[in-house]
Amino acid sequence: MDLLKIENLNKKYYNKIALKNINLSLEQGKIYGLLGPNGSGKTTLMKVIAGLHNQTSGNVILNHQALSYKTKADISYMPTENFLYESFKVKDAVKFYTDMYSDFQEANAYKILKEINVDTEFKISKLSSGLVGKLKIALALSRNVDLYMLDEPLNGVDVLSRDVIMDLITRSYSETKTFIISTHLVSEIEKILDSVIFLKDGNVELSGDAEELRLSRELSIEGIYKEVFKNA
Amino acid sequence: MEFNNNIPIYIQVMEKIKQDIVMGKLAAGDKVPSSRDFSNELGINFNTVARVYKEMEMEEILFTKRGLGTFITEEPERINNLRYEMAKKQIETFIKGMQQIGYSKEEMIKLIELEDNYREGIE
Repeated sequence: MDLLKIENLNKKYYNKIALKNINLSLEQGKIYGLLGPNGSGKTTLMKVIAGLHNQTSGNVILNHQALSYKTKADISYMPTENFLYESFKVKDAVKFYTDMYSDFQEANAYKILKEINVDTEFKISKLSSGLVGKLKIALALSRNVDLYMLDEPLNGVDVLSRDVIMDLITRSYSETKTFIISTHLVSEIEKILDSVIFLKDGNVELSGDAEELRLSRELSIEGIYKEVFKNA
Repeated sequence: MEFNNNIPIYIQVMEKIKQDIVMGKLAAGDKVPSSRDFSNELGINFNTVARVYKEMEMEEILFTKRGLGTFITEEPERINNLRYEMAKKQIETFIKGMQQIGYSKEEMIKLIELEDNYREGIE
């Protein structure tokens, strides 16, 4: 079943074209990798789906409904920046999420934070970037929604924390949840992806099932990525 | 388990399970973990493991008992077949390598016997 359908989507910032005629269908219960170098349009696409930017033209349909304040409630979007208030303690951030989102599973968030050794009494401004990365993921994944969009979850995070983050993603997977994960760290993440979408200059250059692509091209997803973006 | 990203992951997982069966690490009738547990354990996608189980059920190496889980075949013939297929692969690789360095079939056989005698000698 299609969870998300994008039709002829265009996005311009003044006269700069950010997304060019994008057409995509995303199925329920799959993990999608949104891959491309910096400036290829990954964040813009996520922000349009999240309803934070308006498209210039085209349709985005989630659960058979055009984007609206209603569909927004079905999406957990994790931006790449540290958007949490620096003066907050970790437990304040959890409280903030509990107050903001009726679907937020507070107990689950505390359980994850305990597992990954994030002290809830700590101030966010005092956390290392690896811990901030893990905290953001724990919060985003503790919502109970149809679509999770994680923008560069591995950026600025050490190798061990990356493993923890990927582990949290695979463990929170269920057949009714769909994930879009943007990254340019392809080799680290490719084994958890079902499908990949390569974005180049705001265009979908290539998309498909990760295993089929490995089979037909006899290359890793990273190898295909390097071919696609060689001249980018 | 370490993965080679150049090869589809489901194929690597299938090979690993077959190897474990032939080597006796997994026995006939053993229950394999649920797709969910196994994907968490391997740190790979759930659907990849689901695909592995589906393909191996078609090959009749695994079978599902409704509501109980997925199990390894209890037919010794299937397991013998697996073992034979693996041996064939080993021999193919061996022959290819030997041909590349210029050995004929007769020379290969002679050399295998010679090596085997030598090994027995030291044991």
